[in-house]
Amino acid sequence: MVTKYMDYRPGFAQSDHDDPLHGEVMEVNIGPQHPATHGVLRLGVDLDGETMEKVVPDLGFLHRGKEKACEGLGWAKFFPHTDRLDYVQPLINNIGYAIALEKLAKIEVPQRAQEIRVLLMEISRIAAHLIYLGTSSIDLGAITMFFNTFKERENIYSILDAYTGHRMNNTYVRIGGLYADVDENVEGMMREFLEQFSDRVDEFEKMLTGNRIWYDRNRNVGVLTADEARAWSLTGPNLRGTGVEWDIRKDEPYCGYETYDFDIPVGTVGDCYDRYMVRVEEMRQSCRIALQALDRLDQSKGKEFLAEDRRYILPPRSKVMDSMEELIHQFKIVTDLRLPKGEAYGAVEAAKGELGFYAVSDGTSVPARLHIRAPGLMNVQAIPLLAEGRLLSDIVAIIGSLDFVMGEVDR
Amino acid sequence: MTDENNEVAENATQTRVSELLSSLECTVTCAYDGMASVQCAPELIHAICAKLKTEGGFEGNTLVTAIDHGAGLEQRFEMVYQFLSMEHTQRVRVRAMTTGDDPEVDTITDLWPGTAFSERECFDLLGVRFAGHENLRRILMPEGFEHHPLRKDFPHIGIEPDKLYQKWDEERRSAFAEKEAGK
Repeated sequence: MVTKYMDYRPGFAQSDHDDPLHGEVMEVNIGPQHPATHGVLRLGVDLDGETMEKVVPDLGFLHRGKEKACEGLGWAKFFPHTDRLDYVQPLINNIGYAIALEKLAKIEVPQRAQEIRVLLMEISRIAAHLIYLGTSSIDLGAITMFFNTFKERENIYSILDAYTGHRMNNTYVRIGGLYADVDENVEGMMREFLEQFSDRVDEFEKMLTGNRIWYDRNRNVGVLTADEARAWSLTGPNLRGTGVEWDIRKDEPYCGYETYDFDIPVGTVGDCYDRYMVRVEEMRQSCRIALQALDRLDQSKGKEFLAEDRRYILPPRSKVMDSMEELIHQFKIVTDLRLPKGEAYGAVEAAKGELGFYAVSDGTSVPARLHIRAPGLMNVQAIPLLAEGRLLSDIVAIIGSLDFVMGEVDR
Repeated sequence: MTDENNEVAENATQTRVSELLSSLECTVTCAYDGMASVQCAPELIHAICAKLKTEGGFEGNTLVTAIDHGAGLEQRFEMVYQFLSMEHTQRVRVRAMTTGDDPEVDTITDLWPGTAFSERECFDLLGVRFAGHENLRRILMPEGFEHHPLRKDFPHIGIEPDKLYQKWDEERRSAFAEKEAGK
């Protein structure tokens, strides 16, 4: 099936079978414990000389049965598990799951909660793209970038630590809103970080964009066309790198994204370099959105951050500690949340692409089905499409530029 | 997101899809979450998907999965597909109820090559077979695993891990016993 697509692909190294140097095909195993595979991904590669004839991804080393776990735990107790899907952007996963459940329960989320959600999502997107930038460049030998990006990411984690109490795996989103409001201290930290961040992005670009080695390793490597990207279900920066202007934040807005002012960067060639440029520009745009959200938070100070619907939403934490009835209510919601009978699909634009939660409820406290549409699975699927026919050294650039996290791929 | 605008947009999808599929035997409804939903017989899945792709402009596949409605039911597995049209900003869901414990439906990898992994996952976790899929192997569970974990009759605590490797273990034991006896 893959070879069919490779046949008319221009610019690919063709192995010459009449060449006396052409020998036997050698099988090479990459991963699952190799740092360049970005997690526990195993690739079986058939090599002819240095050319990859066939690449077969082998998944499942991190399969924990998340979808089955949801059926066992119930809707409310699954929130911490969503953190562990794509563990570099836990808050986006939380919000995506919450949006699916809110669609099922038909809950309107208050304005202030939407603004905080937008802020948290954009900060998480920056953190996720920083990891992409650091890891994909250290794989290609640019070690300085790794330290610079991880230094910035550390700042983001300090902010999230001050706000949510955790650096990673925050579990800070609830059905109908958030666990707690942001305070002035956190807002100040966020503003301070965001205001200096676009200068940092300029610094990153200075190190990579015009760098001869970076350019040669990425330009015209792993070229995708727009039609291929659509047919192979690719979303997010991988799709936008091919020139398709599709972003759920703009086209199917959620959390009030339609009211924010931002641009969608797109590429022209669809190679690794374009995907890099798209992500770098997305960091600047995320910064822009987050600053707008911060300005709005100034105006909505003191307003509700959790919707009021006693059937599905937790009572405020402050009341739980004082009142027996509220405590019982909280216990009831956590252990026995019954969402209305129906099905809902909630999708968010995650750092890797479209992250969707398809939730089916039969009206009981046991979820009938939760399917997680992981963008990473589609990105892994595209590795053979991009890598077959190229030199072995390109696989590192291709894996890095497709950007996936195995926690989400294997679920 | 105002509800009124949303409803109008969703109704537009519903009208467009039902006009598109008027020649095929299916019903187009509005699902609980407002998405246009096509209900059809499992034999018609491929025909409907082909029409959605070629004439409807639904160029992207979002998900392929199935719902297990419970062990012992005559109509047990329900196939769910979701497609996206970036040009029209519309989404459509296709659902088909299959019969029996070991259902088989046609693959749609010839239309969307990107559904290959989703179909493998659906086969691996739920045991739905896809006729015409070129590489229908397990993807998340190990080769040689006998169950389909997302089925409702698979226990939540899992199965004994030893059972998975029982055969391998027995072989090792017998080889060891032979070696000991030969001493």
